[in-house]
Amino acid sequence: MARQRVPEGPAPAPAVQKLRVRYAKRGRLRFSSTRDFQRALERALRRAGVPMAFSAGFHPHPKVSYANAAPTGTASEAEYFEVSVTERVDPESLRAALDEALPEGLDVLEVVEAAPGSLADRLQASDWVIDFQGVTADELREAAAVLLSHERVEVTRTFKTGPRTFDVRSALVSVDVEPSKRPDCAILRVVVRHTTPAVRPDDVLTALRAVTELAPPTPPLVTRLAQGPLRSATAGVADPLAADEDADGA
Amino acid sequence: MDHTPGQSVFTRLEPLLEQVSKPIQYVGGELNSTVKDWDCGGHGPGGEELTTRWALMYPDAYEVGVPNQGVMILYEVLNEREDALAERTYAVWPDLEALMRSEGVPQFTVDAHRSVRDFDVLGMSFSTELGYTNMLTALDLAGIPLHAADRTDADPIVVAGGHAAFNPEPIADFVDAAIVGDGEEAVLAVTDIIGAWKAQGRPGGRAELLLRLARTGGVYVPSLYDVSYLPDGRIQRVAPRADASGVPWRVAKHTVMDLDAWPYPKQPLVPLAESVHERMSVEIFRGCTRGCRFCQAGMITRPVRERSITGIGEMVERGLAATGFEEVGLLSLSSADHSEIADITKGLADRYDGTQTGLSLPSTRVDAFNIDLANELTRNGRRSGLTFAPEGGSERIRKVINKMVSEEDLISTVAAAYGAGWRQVKLYFMCGLPTETDEDVLQIAELAKKVIETGRQVSGRRDIRCTVSIGGFVPKPHTPFQWCGQLGAEETDARLAKLREAIRSDRRYGSSIGFRYHDGKPGIVEGLLSRGDRRVGKVIEQVWRDGGRFDGWSEHFSYERWMTAADTALADLPVDVAWYTTRDRGESEVLPWDHIDSGLDKEWLWADWQDALDETEVDDCRWTPCFDCGVCPQMGTDIEVGPTGKTLLPLTVLGSGRDAMLEAHAH
Repeated sequence: MARQRVPEGPAPAPAVQKLRVRYAKRGRLRFSSTRDFQRALERALRRAGVPMAFSAGFHPHPKVSYANAAPTGTASEAEYFEVSVTERVDPESLRAALDEALPEGLDVLEVVEAAPGSLADRLQASDWVIDFQGVTADELREAAAVLLSHERVEVTRTFKTGPRTFDVRSALVSVDVEPSKRPDCAILRVVVRHTTPAVRPDDVLTALRAVTELAPPTPPLVTRLAQGPLRSATAGVADPLAADEDADGA
Repeated sequence: MDHTPGQSVFTRLEPLLEQVSKPIQYVGGELNSTVKDWDCGGHGPGGEELTTRWALMYPDAYEVGVPNQGVMILYEVLNEREDALAERTYAVWPDLEALMRSEGVPQFTVDAHRSVRDFDVLGMSFSTELGYTNMLTALDLAGIPLHAADRTDADPIVVAGGHAAFNPEPIADFVDAAIVGDGEEAVLAVTDIIGAWKAQGRPGGRAELLLRLARTGGVYVPSLYDVSYLPDGRIQRVAPRADASGVPWRVAKHTVMDLDAWPYPKQPLVPLAESVHERMSVEIFRGCTRGCRFCQAGMITRPVRERSITGIGEMVERGLAATGFEEVGLLSLSSADHSEIADITKGLADRYDGTQTGLSLPSTRVDAFNIDLANELTRNGRRSGLTFAPEGGSERIRKVINKMVSEEDLISTVAAAYGAGWRQVKLYFMCGLPTETDEDVLQIAELAKKVIETGRQVSGRRDIRCTVSIGGFVPKPHTPFQWCGQLGAEETDARLAKLREAIRSDRRYGSSIGFRYHDGKPGIVEGLLSRGDRRVGKVIEQVWRDGGRFDGWSEHFSYERWMTAADTALADLPVDVAWYTTRDRGESEVLPWDHIDSGLDKEWLWADWQDALDETEVDDCRWTPCFDCGVCPQMGTDIEVGPTGKTLLPLTVLGSGRDAMLEAHAH
């Protein structure tokens, strides 16, 4: 007598196109968390009228997948997600409409049609810039050298499952001090390989504090400049959407 | 520190945000938020400021305050005026409060991060009395003296509003003024008065401004009234001060009659941070004349004023386009009572067919709900839970509280719900109602069992559930129960324990019935604040000085702190917490809020209280003759209900940008 409930109505329309989107998290919106962004994005997609594809079932969700978001409090010029649509769209028109629908500070920079291959696999490393106030370039250069002279520098961070200790040093591809316009400021440029658990910029700062005397008077401002395939020859980070653009052009 | 009025404090706040939890709640920048020029109104010939600036505070956490409709409406109405600006501020959590104190960062608005003390008015919206300690934190952080008497012309006028302001006496020491009733027209009238006073060069300072406001008869200025007491502690008289000429004995509430003329919020705020209501809300009517005797909201918002079906359709359309929300809440005190609710829900469900847009009716009476309504609500969106509020467990107690819902009504409604596919129903009750005995409360268990039994029969399944949610009743001002003694915390807890045992002990149903309850202690504090007088202000201040914050949050609330503070603050007076809460009042007693005119006749309220004790019910005056509660003649208002006979036409809705985006059109 018991009957199984099934969702009423027709099955959701199938996805016909997948788009990869690069966006920036700027200014005061660097304080938004991954979940904050997800809520804002789903509403912006609806406001912009993007023909989103939905999952089937009693609780249909838009088909959006998020990749490796920057931690709350860090700014970024290189965040990524993918969205599937039920009608083919022009990527540049979607970019403009979505950018308009998102709050200022969450800025859509680039949209391409996805070519085969996983985006997540291409996000191998990140290029971070860390702005120190009240620290001189010499102090920072000295601290960076000490950090690099260690073979392992372990830090402990609290995860949902409890505290975990892991090595920071082995994930560091390069650490450089860049010239700053102001004498009481110093800029650290760090390329970090994506590992598990991910080594975040605050882990790098914890590691610096652990092995040196460095004590910045205010929390430094952290920005992700790029993430993508690691070019080991140059210790640089490449554009993860280049492969999709090449495929589009072909 | 060097500070220009209206200047942003964000650069000083920003480093602190790195160190607190959920920093997004403090940064503003929500979709549809507004930042206006500090001098948007310009200057007069003598350099007088022509801009009236409001800081609007919801004195709770951002996640609770940001969806508040009242604040959102006033924010938009004020910002639409060229000579006014409004920004929002919320209670900061203790982690940020500590950092702000150590770094000297003042209470700020989230819009332009301006110091709250720079504004002309600080408007506080009190949905509940449990926000009073948060008000003191905000005043203190802002650098505004806690006591109205100590403020200077450099401080804003602090104005309380919201339902709790219908008894402003417990916070009379801390606020300069209170405004009761609908805020839309009231804030504009106050803006006119402040604007004119500023344009004249602020003659007579804040004293003169407060006098001008008080003389309108619609703004209560506590400092212009004297309270005298009888030797036994009761109030002898509340009267305008001898030197306050032209100030009325009673202050009237404000009532907006034509809701269609006020289609706000037009541009609802969409926060990035998670909030307690993740939906777009449209108020479909204001007021309620069902006459439930416990319900302060129903008493103080009379008469009923409906928004028309077409007005609702326009607000939903515009609001969804402006926000992108996936759920629309049709708000009111009893949403299924709208005269055209069936056409509204069907019309909206038709319009948004296939768009994954859900509809919800947050407050639904058991007798007005039916299966068609239920189906329309779930057609496009997700099936959220169903909540019904019989409030009282026995037929007898439901007569006392005038909640005219029979057991038959309830059972047939939940049968319809289970039959339509719902698996879970929530039932809301109160404990500690006047004349209540253990037997009345134990009837709740019997009712819940019948609900499960009916559900099993109708659905043919055994996995259906119902949740009984129950809280202690707190008597409120301006209701027929304003005279009744509240049930003590221990007695409430004992009764709830018996009910839990009665539910759990029945093995046939016990595992299908969830039981959620709130213990009686917070209710006693709420009762003290609800029916307190000016002497309770000292208790609030003592609690705040002892660290009291966020009293609406169980993890921050401390009953012991309140009781200790009350012992100290009331030590030299003939009154105590029990005197304010569990004591029955007599007909002739002067109640602390008698001089706040909610439109209700005190004689009618007393007669209704006597009817309650006799278990006599009163009908809804929307459908039966007037019962002379007093509101309509006194306020010059009338019931405004449909039907209009109109329907919602189909629309091309949502995502008008969609066509432009499609590849076929793009090139």
